[in-house]
Amino acid sequence: MPAPRGRDLRDERAQGTPDPADDTPVLTRRAVVGGAGALIVSFTFAGAWAQETGVERRRRNENAGPKLPGSLDNDPFLDAWIRVDSQGAVTAFTGKVEFGQGIKTALLQVVAEELEVALEQVKLITADTAATPNEGFTSGSHSVQDSGTALRNAAAQVRDLLIAEAGARFKLPADQLRAENGAVTDAGGRRLTYGEIVAPNLLHVRAQPTSALKSPNDFKLMSRAVQRTDIPGKVTGGVAFVQDLRLPRMLHARIVRPPGYGAKLKSIETGAVEKMPGVVKIIRDGSFLAVVARREFQAIKGMHVLAEAAQWEENAHLPKGSDVETLLSSLTPKDTTIFETKGAADEGGAGASAPSAALPAKSAAIQATYTRPYLSHASIGPSCAVGHFVDGTVTVWTHTQGVYPDRQAIAEMLGFAPEKVRCIHMEGSGCYGHNGADDAAGDAALIAVSMPGQPIRVQWMREQEQAWEPFGPAMMAKVDATLDPAGRIASWNYGVWSNTHSMRPGPAGALLAGQHMTREFPPPVPRPLPQPEGGGDRNAIPLYVLPKAKVVHHFLPDMPLRVSALRSLGAYLNIYSIESFMDELALTAGADPVEFRLKHLEDPRAADVVRKAAEEFGWSTRERGGRGRGCGFAFARYKNLAAYCAIAMQIRVDLESGHISVGRVIAAVDAGQIINPDGVCNQIEGAIVQSLSWTMFESVSFDEARITSLDWARYPIMRFDSVPESVSVHPLDRPGTPFLGCGEAGQGPAAAALANALADATGKRLRDLPLSPKRVKGMLTAAPSSDLKSSATHATPSVRAAV
Amino acid sequence: MTELKVNGRTYRVDAEPDTPLLYVLREDLHLNAAKFGCGIGQCGSCTVLVDGAATFSCVTPIIALKGKDIVTLEGLGSIEKPGPMQQAFIAEQSAQCGYCIPGMMMRAQALLQDNPDASEEQIRAQLRPNLCRCGTHMRILRAVRRAALLMQAERKAHPQKDRNARAPRQGPKR
Repeated sequence: MPAPRGRDLRDERAQGTPDPADDTPVLTRRAVVGGAGALIVSFTFAGAWAQETGVERRRRNENAGPKLPGSLDNDPFLDAWIRVDSQGAVTAFTGKVEFGQGIKTALLQVVAEELEVALEQVKLITADTAATPNEGFTSGSHSVQDSGTALRNAAAQVRDLLIAEAGARFKLPADQLRAENGAVTDAGGRRLTYGEIVAPNLLHVRAQPTSALKSPNDFKLMSRAVQRTDIPGKVTGGVAFVQDLRLPRMLHARIVRPPGYGAKLKSIETGAVEKMPGVVKIIRDGSFLAVVARREFQAIKGMHVLAEAAQWEENAHLPKGSDVETLLSSLTPKDTTIFETKGAADEGGAGASAPSAALPAKSAAIQATYTRPYLSHASIGPSCAVGHFVDGTVTVWTHTQGVYPDRQAIAEMLGFAPEKVRCIHMEGSGCYGHNGADDAAGDAALIAVSMPGQPIRVQWMREQEQAWEPFGPAMMAKVDATLDPAGRIASWNYGVWSNTHSMRPGPAGALLAGQHMTREFPPPVPRPLPQPEGGGDRNAIPLYVLPKAKVVHHFLPDMPLRVSALRSLGAYLNIYSIESFMDELALTAGADPVEFRLKHLEDPRAADVVRKAAEEFGWSTRERGGRGRGCGFAFARYKNLAAYCAIAMQIRVDLESGHISVGRVIAAVDAGQIINPDGVCNQIEGAIVQSLSWTMFESVSFDEARITSLDWARYPIMRFDSVPESVSVHPLDRPGTPFLGCGEAGQGPAAAALANALADATGKRLRDLPLSPKRVKGMLTAAPSSDLKSSATHATPSVRAAV
Repeated sequence: MTELKVNGRTYRVDAEPDTPLLYVLREDLHLNAAKFGCGIGQCGSCTVLVDGAATFSCVTPIIALKGKDIVTLEGLGSIEKPGPMQQAFIAEQSAQCGYCIPGMMMRAQALLQDNPDASEEQIRAQLRPNLCRCGTHMRILRAVRRAALLMQAERKAHPQKDRNARAPRQGPKR
């Protein structure tokens, strides 16, 4: 294993600090990497493309030829991804961003592996609208699949171009040469370094659809637990986050947000605040209100006084109560059937043992309703951004997940051409989806343009993040199914109700500053995200073989609360519901939950992770559930097309307090070819613990006018006294297979495994999330007869026809 | 002007006396490790040591810190020469986003420099005030256990030095 690299994150200030080149009116890639060596000369053309939108670029590329691997289609020239300078230093470019998932290290491994250079020889530039390819958002567990695949193929093709060029000089065919340690050598010991080989325009060529990728048997860096390059800096006080960015003469801004959605600023007397020590300026644009001060704490004090002075007209009418089923049932859905099979005949015999139309005489039918509340991203560090307006161009350092869409939104908001806005990604606190990052970038840009030449740092307060971030939407799933006499699922009918799961930028109205300023950009029209990945209906189609099934997405366009993408989108609730219901069906069928799943799985890789988790857990010899002790199991393939994940866990329930203690947790995961096994384990461990926090504790609260879960007391998340005794992740080895994103794969299975363990431990089932101590206690003390009727708790599935 | 002793050095700081220590560390001393998380002592990302006790720097005004010994994560070692706690977090790869990690390390440091033989239960109880959102808890626990071993070994190797290095326990607790 290579030693930790020990690169000081302070070095990255060079990348994040404006240099004179940044002030040139047209931002080109050349301006950013100027002086990096011979190849940069080839960028004469590229400047013209810098202004192209992603769509235009894609359209151009669609006309250009066959599909290229990963994100190479977004930017098909090899030197958009990898450059080599005359000293042999390698720079790789990705449009994806790091937010704690370890993507920087994984991408460095991929590039160094295929290019045959040391990891330390590669510098990685992440999302920057003036420097990197446009890869849209870093979301949906796509980074390794999209950017990793693009960089791996680009690196392999660059390596082969360097070999071919060396061959021309040696007058030898490529197969008599080898690339090794940043150089090309022949059998006779002649050697040319990459820096010696590289020539202008050598890499400014279109990527080919196929590459000569290294065999997994030859891997030196991939498939290895390489230590993350960012950790040494983060544990020694390096500049690691946008919150740490400190520009010369930087001022501190705080926003005064409206008290609730839709509130308008009626009047504000700013005199008292203007006299406060250090206060430099009050910014007002419609209902957008901010204070700028020399010192950070002066800005905070100014914010409090300004908030006291502001008079608002409140308009919000949030839904009464917090019963998710009532709330969502009151909204008008737009229904789409996303999956339907009508019976054995239609399946061509796939479910031959199952009945087709009519139920057999002795069958069981059960139904259930599952809900999740609104969930907060609840990043530990509230959102932050730094803006700097110089010579008509505004630069924003932001922890957005998409620098290009964010740039588009900011440009529209300011009425600027897109090339007059530059967004540079810098890490923030983990976001797990669309939190306040983009909004903070919009705030910083709006303030910066009113104070030319002054770097402005905007830091949100905790209560602002909790009140204004777009939440993960509340959701509901209703499912009914029948079993045939052999204990197989005969029919399955599933519906999921949800708002959209993406209100991200693009449009200026996606930003709070855009909505609140005088021009009042309207929020974008919400749309359902299309299958196969889906939004609210992500993972709503079971991977199980079902002879007769119907799945309907009841899309809810009306959004009482501001919502957008939260890690795994609808998959969390859908997997929770499907996997809970699979246990309810297994119980009805009198089958073991693991055996019951295997009986309905045809995909051998799915069966493999289920068996692996069961075996590592010791499922077949587990202690039987009861008297507050139980075990639970769940499985899903994320999006039905990314990583497979199965989880087994053991819990103990305090029958007095309703508190759940999680014991041993075992996960098995198939992420295809693994770049960094420890990275996969870290992601799955994190997904499990975070999902347990959502599942046991979390719910956004609100009254009729305002969000009320504004701090960690009113929005509790997991603390150390509730973390599992142990979590152990077992990645399956799938050398040479395509990368399968795993960052969100644990979210749904962890929730369902917990719910199933709770049912095993208590003999009763809770279906409304969170499974909080209060709810568990309520379930345990409820009279058995009332359980069947209660919408919140059901002792057993409501049985329509008994076996 | 307020005098503050941070990581063994004395600084004169021109900030209003009610300014919480967190902002002075970050803005005046350019120390990045202590982070703003909640501003009300609920999450622990701002944790530093004051006279050896884990302290929320976001709610501790500098006027309360005259003559006190303040230690931040930067005081435990450097990227070139990481201390035991830092070595342990690197070895166990105990970070996802890493934002909460400095606060975790300082609260663990407060426990282990008093009691390097702390039990699993004591470690979990000690870390309870600090929040992590990425779900890195299992790795944080592994790193703290590893740091404890490193510190036990150090104590055995240099018993006298260690005892002298321990700051007297006084001042505000978290």
